[in-house]
Amino acid sequence: MIKSFGKYVLMLYYIFLKPEKLSVYWKRFLDEIIQLGVKSLFIVSLMSAFMGAVLVIQTATAIESAWIPDYTVGFTVKQSMLLEFCPTIISLILAGKVGSNIASELGTMKVTEQIDALEVMGVNSIGFLIGPKIIASLFIFPIVIMYSIFFGFLGGGLVCYFTEIIPVKQYILGIRAFSEDNFIFIRYALTKTIVFAFLITSISSYFGYYLKGGALEVGKASTNAVVYSSIFILFANYILTQLMLI
Amino acid sequence: MIQVKNISKSFSGVEILKDISFEFEKGKTNLIIGKSGSGKSVLTKCIVGLFEPDIGEVYYNDRNFLKLKPKEKKEVRKEMGMLFQGSALFDSFSVEENVAFPLRMFTQMTNAEISERVNFCLQRVDIINKNSLYPSELSGGMQKRVAIARAISMQPKYLFCDEPNSGLDPVTAILIDELIKEITVEYQMTTIVITHDMNSVLEIGDNILFIDNGVKKWQGNKDEILNVKVKELYDFVYVSKFLKKMKS
Ligand SMILES: Nc1ncnc2c1ncn2[C@@H]1O[C@H](COP(=O)(O)OP(=O)(O)O)[C@@H](O)[C@H]1O
Ligand SMILES: [Mg+2]
Repeated sequence: MIKSFGKYVLMLYYIFLKPEKLSVYWKRFLDEIIQLGVKSLFIVSLMSAFMGAVLVIQTATAIESAWIPDYTVGFTVKQSMLLEFCPTIISLILAGKVGSNIASELGTMKVTEQIDALEVMGVNSIGFLIGPKIIASLFIFPIVIMYSIFFGFLGGGLVCYFTEIIPVKQYILGIRAFSEDNFIFIRYALTKTIVFAFLITSISSYFGYYLKGGALEVGKASTNAVVYSSIFILFANYILTQLMLI
Repeated sequence: MIQVKNISKSFSGVEILKDISFEFEKGKTNLIIGKSGSGKSVLTKCIVGLFEPDIGEVYYNDRNFLKLKPKEKKEVRKEMGMLFQGSALFDSFSVEENVAFPLRMFTQMTNAEISERVNFCLQRVDIINKNSLYPSELSGGMQKRVAIARAISMQPKYLFCDEPNSGLDPVTAILIDELIKEITVEYQMTTIVITHDMNSVLEIGDNILFIDNGVKKWQGNKDEILNVKVKELYDFVYVSKFLKKMKS
C-alpha cells in the first residue's frame, strides 16, 4: 500500500521531466483533448439532460404546496446540479468511461511491449504517455462539466415545457434567482472537477502503466482503475466540500 | 561491439542469469540461443537497460552503459534499434507514423526529409504502399518488417531482435532472418538476435551464445555447433529423434 503510493508519487515526478520535443508532446495533448473530452460529450449531454429532467419532476412533486412558490423548483434544481450532480456524478461517470479507457490502453501497451519500445528509444514513457492525459483532462474536464450544467438545465427546462409540471417561466426565474451566489457555486464546482480530473487520469494511468502480466490483467487493471478513481473522488468530494462550503 | 561482463540478475530471490560474459561483434549477427524461459529476453533487457542487472557491466564500444548519466544514456539509446517479440508497433499510429516516430522525436529533420527517410526504410524491408495502414491491418510478417524499419530509421549502430521469426511460417521466417543479416552487413551494425529456432541458428549464426537456465554453456558459430559435445546444447540442437539418427 505504502509502496504503491511511493510508486504513484514517483510516476507523477516523471511526468514533469523536460519533454524530449515539445511539438510531439503538443500533438499528444491535442489528441488527448479529443480522446478524453470531445469523445465524452455525447454520453455527458445525455446523462445531464436526463438528470435535470428527473430532478425537476422529483423536486416539483416533493414540494407541491401552495405556500412555496414554483420558482423554488428551478432554484433547487440549479443548486443540486451545480453543487453536486454535474461535478460529482458526471465525474464518476467519466471515471468509468475515461478511467477504464486509459487503464486498458496503457495496460495493452505494457503487455505488448510498446512501453518498452518507447523506453529503449530513450523516450520518457511516463511523461510521453501519461503527462498529456493528465494535463488535457485538467483543461477539458471543466469545460465538459460546464457543458453538462448547460444540458442539465436544458433537460429540466424541456420537462417543464412538455409536462407543464411548473411553468417554464418560473423554472427560468428559479435558475436565475440568487445569482450573487453563482460565482461561489461555480468556483466550487470547477475546483472539484479539476481535482477529480487529476484523480481519474493519474490513478487510471497508474493501474495501466504498472500492470504486470498478460491480457487477463488488462481487464483487472481497468476495473481497479474505475473502482479506485471512484473511491478517491468520493473522499475528495467530502473533503473539498467541508473546506469550501462550511 | 557490445561486451557484457559477469551479468547476474534475480527476480524476487530467483536467480535468472548467472555470471554471463560475452562479446557481441560488429557487422555480425550475434545469436543468443536457448530454450524458452532460459533467460534470453532478460539478458537482452539487461543489455539495453530495460532491466538493471544485480551485478555486471555492459559496454557499448568502451562506454560503460550502466554507469553513464541519464543524458549520456539517452545518446547511446539513439544508437540502438530494437525489434520486440510481438513487434510492439504503436497501435494508434499508422505504418508511416510508426517508422517516423523516432525521427520526429529525436531529430530536427523537416517533414519532407522524414518522409523520404521513412519511405527509404520501408522500401528496404519491402513494405510498399502500406504507409497509411494501421498495424492491426497487417500480417504478422509485415508487422515484423515494419518494426525492423522503425528500428533502423535512426541508423542504429546496435540492433536487437527478440525472436524475430516467432509466430511466422518457415518461409517468411527465413526471409526475415536474411533481411536482418543483410542489413547488419550493409550498415555494419552490432546485431543481437534472440532465437530458439535451429533454422535461424544455421542460417545466420555468426557468433553464438548458448544459455541454459541462465548459465552460459557454450559459445561458437554455426559451423562449430553441429559437432558440439556439451550435453545441454546437443539436446537443444538435436531435438528430434530424426535429427539424432541423421547425426549418427
Ligand atoms: N519481470 C520479470 N519478473 C519476474 N520474473 C521474470 C521477469 N521477466 C522474466 N522473468 C522470468 O525469467 C525467466 C526467463 O525469462 P525470459 O528471459 O523471458 O525467457 P526466454 O529465454 O524465453 O526469453 C522466466 O522464468 C521468467 O518467468
Ligand atoms: Mg523471450
